[in-house]
Amino acid sequence: MKYLKLIRANLFRSKRRTILTMLSVAAALFLFVTLRSVLTTLDDAKEVGSETRMVTRSSISIVFPLPEAYYQWLQTVPGVNSVSWSSWFGGVYRDPKDFFATFAVDAESYLPMYPEIDMPAEQREAFLAERSAAIVGSGLMERFGWSLNQTIGLRSTIYSPGEEWPFTIRAVYEPTNPSFGDENFFFHYDYLYEKSQYAQPGWYIMQLSDPEAAASVAETIDEHYKNSRAATRTETERAFQTGFITMYGNVGFLLNAIGMAVFFAILFVAANTMMMSARERTNEQAVLKMLGFSDRLLFALVMTEAAVITVVGGVLGVAGAKLLFDLSGFQGAGFLPGFEIKWSTAIVGLVIAVLLGVISGFVPAWQALRLPISQTLRRVA
Amino acid sequence: MALLEVRNLSKVYYRDSQQIPVFEGINLSIEAGEFLALMGPSGSGKTTLLNLIAGLDKPTTGEIVVGDDNIAAMSRRQLAAWRSRHVGFIFQLYNLLPVLTAYQNVELPLLLTRLSKRERRDHVMTALDVVGLTDRADHFPRQLSGGQEQRVGIARAVVSDPTLILADEPTGDLDAKSAEEILTLLQRLNEEYQKTIVMVTHDQRAADRGHAVMHLDKGVLTR
Repeated sequence: MKYLKLIRANLFRSKRRTILTMLSVAAALFLFVTLRSVLTTLDDAKEVGSETRMVTRSSISIVFPLPEAYYQWLQTVPGVNSVSWSSWFGGVYRDPKDFFATFAVDAESYLPMYPEIDMPAEQREAFLAERSAAIVGSGLMERFGWSLNQTIGLRSTIYSPGEEWPFTIRAVYEPTNPSFGDENFFFHYDYLYEKSQYAQPGWYIMQLSDPEAAASVAETIDEHYKNSRAATRTETERAFQTGFITMYGNVGFLLNAIGMAVFFAILFVAANTMMMSARERTNEQAVLKMLGFSDRLLFALVMTEAAVITVVGGVLGVAGAKLLFDLSGFQGAGFLPGFEIKWSTAIVGLVIAVLLGVISGFVPAWQALRLPISQTLRRVA
Repeated sequence: MALLEVRNLSKVYYRDSQQIPVFEGINLSIEAGEFLALMGPSGSGKTTLLNLIAGLDKPTTGEIVVGDDNIAAMSRRQLAAWRSRHVGFIFQLYNLLPVLTAYQNVELPLLLTRLSKRERRDHVMTALDVVGLTDRADHFPRQLSGGQEQRVGIARAVVSDPTLILADEPTGDLDAKSAEEILTLLQRLNEEYQKTIVMVTHDQRAADRGHAVMHLDKGVLTR
């Protein structure tokens, strides 16, 4: 504790440089924990899907729809309890940046399959009774300041682009599982079909009586449509979810690569600052040694300075990210449901801040440790 | 009995494969309470000798015995601990830390002791009182004159009550008036507080303040 004054005085020798370095570390750590949280959220999203629900989609890509006629036959597959379908609408509210997940669903069959969509019974009834009605997640309601029974207009990026589709919000759901997300928008497939005239199911969802039957159900379906115009790929919803996420490419690799680049960039910034700071005061370090400060003590003081800079920067960055995202309820326009800076991620961020301090401080601390007193003082004199 | 004994001391610097001998076979004995002035032309090795006595550098051969300690045989770590207890060093260019106040600069050697904060404060204020700068305790070096900075340097050198005070041209960067004040202060430390002082100087008037003057020239030390 008695050395704190000395450490503080050295840290604020050049206030601007120290504060700018702390802010650089803060910005880097903010970015790092954000990127890492995107990854953990995507990983969590893979866990949302149920093992008792299966998804059949086009074998080419999820963007290719499937014929409506498949519905009848899928119901006859042994092991399948019920079948529903869904289509991606690509809804945009007001501005292209106001983009969120919008699904046209066959509500009568879809809602019983998804207990995650929890809403009051009277709202559910109101939704089912009206063709242009919509079920909206509570997060989305809050994001746009919508209210129940309000009529809003959405434009689609797929169907009749430019045309505004009116929807009346008849139900608001709270997800029973946070990873399901509260920024989804569901409406009737019939409404989509009626207005667009060319809508088709994007994928089918099947509720299994027994998860053990998944492999045989998948094989039966895919074999059946193998030589058809629209061959299928059937998998558990969990596997489907994973595939949906990897549609963005190797997101994990990309985010990790950016994270590493950020780490090394800030490492060089911090190391450069510490080297400059130490080089400016080799004479003072020699004086301290002359006074009896041991090599180890001087080494520890320089390392502590570096660690204080990076840890303070790290705390600012990590705490800033946690506060910002937790308070704003950010969910990446519905694509990152349940997005949060987890404590485990925050701790990883802080460990990295300490590592940055240790690595960036090591060279100047080692130089201080090896500093020859008499030659240094002679050189300066 | 002598407080400081230098026996058969030699120092050789190495630059690449070239040997640069500074001096060889030097002997010196200083009694406790003595004020010795060390003179000689530039490059004669005065500062090198002072640095060796201070334990800042290691001799090539020979012994330096202060009290019962042969510092020539000590490791870097032992030397650091020894310096903190036994040596107060006064520099020509003061060498105060610019980011610390006068008080904090003087306190530095005491951080290495087990003294409490209050005890450290008492010691620092006493040292500043001896050099007449208690009213400048909170001033930074840039807010002090050269003479005042050197007085802070002297306070830092005496605050831990060291065995030896070593001064390397302490008046070399000062005007005549400030130099006189510093020399008077050193003389007072020697006479009133019985401090043993070894002072390197080019200035004959400064050397005259000491009890004895020694000359180092071409590697030979003479009284």
